[in-house]
Amino acid sequence: MSGFLTLLKRDLLLAVREGGALGTALGFYLIVVTLMPLGLGPDLNLLTRIAPGVLWVALLLAALLSLPRLFEADHDDGSLDVLALGGLPLELMAASKALAHWLSTGIPLALMAPVLGILLNLEARAYPLVIATMLAGTPAISFLGSIGAALTLKTRRGGLLLALLVLPFYVPTLIFGISAISAALLAPDGFLASFLILTAISLVAMVLGPVAAAAALRQHMH
Amino acid sequence: MKPMSTDAQTTPQSLTQRLANPTRFMELSGVILPWLSALAAGIILYGLYLTFFVAPPDYQQGETVKIMFIHVPSAWLGMMGYAMIAISSFGLLVFRHPLADVSAKAAAPIGAAFTLLALITGSLWGKPMWGTYWVWDARLTSVLILFFLYLGLMALRSSLDDEALAAKQTAVLGLAGVVILPIIKFSVDWWNTLHQPASVVKMGGPAIHPSILYPLIINAVGFSILFLALHMKGMRNEVLRRRVKALRMAEVEQAARGREASTAASG
Repeated sequence: MSGFLTLLKRDLLLAVREGGALGTALGFYLIVVTLMPLGLGPDLNLLTRIAPGVLWVALLLAALLSLPRLFEADHDDGSLDVLALGGLPLELMAASKALAHWLSTGIPLALMAPVLGILLNLEARAYPLVIATMLAGTPAISFLGSIGAALTLKTRRGGLLLALLVLPFYVPTLIFGISAISAALLAPDGFLASFLILTAISLVAMVLGPVAAAAALRQHMH
Repeated sequence: MKPMSTDAQTTPQSLTQRLANPTRFMELSGVILPWLSALAAGIILYGLYLTFFVAPPDYQQGETVKIMFIHVPSAWLGMMGYAMIAISSFGLLVFRHPLADVSAKAAAPIGAAFTLLALITGSLWGKPMWGTYWVWDARLTSVLILFFLYLGLMALRSSLDDEALAAKQTAVLGLAGVVILPIIKFSVDWWNTLHQPASVVKMGGPAIHPSILYPLIINAVGFSILFLALHMKGMRNEVLRRRVKALRMAEVEQAARGREASTAASG
């Protein structure tokens, strides 16, 4: 387990000291959300209605932006091979990387969402709902995304291909995230069912993601 | 092709193991394929005859109900194609069957084509029935995402130069897709009932009249055999393509060795 924590600490330190990645993701998030009112017109009622959906979709795209780097840097400088030879199982290594991605990108994006909600005239009672569903749903984005990142490690046009591979996998997360918010806005007790399923999807992703990503990484090692 | 591992040879081979031998597959499929193709053509022709001349128009939907005879088998085969990819992927990753990847590769475009056919015929049927080509209905959405999964599989395969690596990576994605497909299907059902239950249009009643059900089953059987025939043909093409590639590589290698030998002799 200490290997897992060491790796996690290293990746988080790299994310902080390298900088750039998080700033780019947040900036991208801001720009995409800004484009929406420009494209749809500044009708505040309309924006209020679609705000949770826009925030969620833009969050998926922004998180996607930083996924190609998940294994790439370590693959390029050879430290991925060293990690594979070490005592830590490849599954745990992939899990640590995905967890680091969630901590360094998923959580900041989720916390940024309510700030951007102001731009979209988000309802006041929707703010905690947006944050709660995003915090519960973003682990699925990082862990499922790690599968795509591992698969596209050596491909041409990696980034675009990654989007094509991974976005269908995000559909359940998106649907239950949105349905939890809209259910809670309609009736106070409608929130929990969707929210629990959203959490379940994240938990499934935490198991499935590292196993599949490790299987994909293993093919690169041979 | 990788040689079979030694412990696989010492244990008695199962039927699938014996069929997994590419040479035996080529022999067997060469015999079966013409019959299978003829059978598919015959049954589909009979099914189309039933569709256009025998099956009565629906009392509500009129003649447009006949789109169903293409649409429903296509949708079934779109899903069957993915099941075939999943089984092949499993066979490749776990048992390392030499033909498993050939099967997965051949099934992808065929399954994608049937899925697209189901989407297109569904839209054409939706226009007269629902008044629109597309509804964000649970069924439509999950089939569309199935189509995206097919596209992803094919794009991933085509973007990796190393064929052995491409085979395994595609198999990983194919298996991951199996886990996610039921979730997608279930989630869109959930999502839809929450949002606009009134606009969910369902075809027919629970019981389809035998006069329509019978031609539908004939068509489904014909289409399924067509799928199998196309899949077998695709697999044969792929095996032949790999042989040609292996021969070409051997030729290049031989030429290079010959040049090396001649330079060594002259130098």
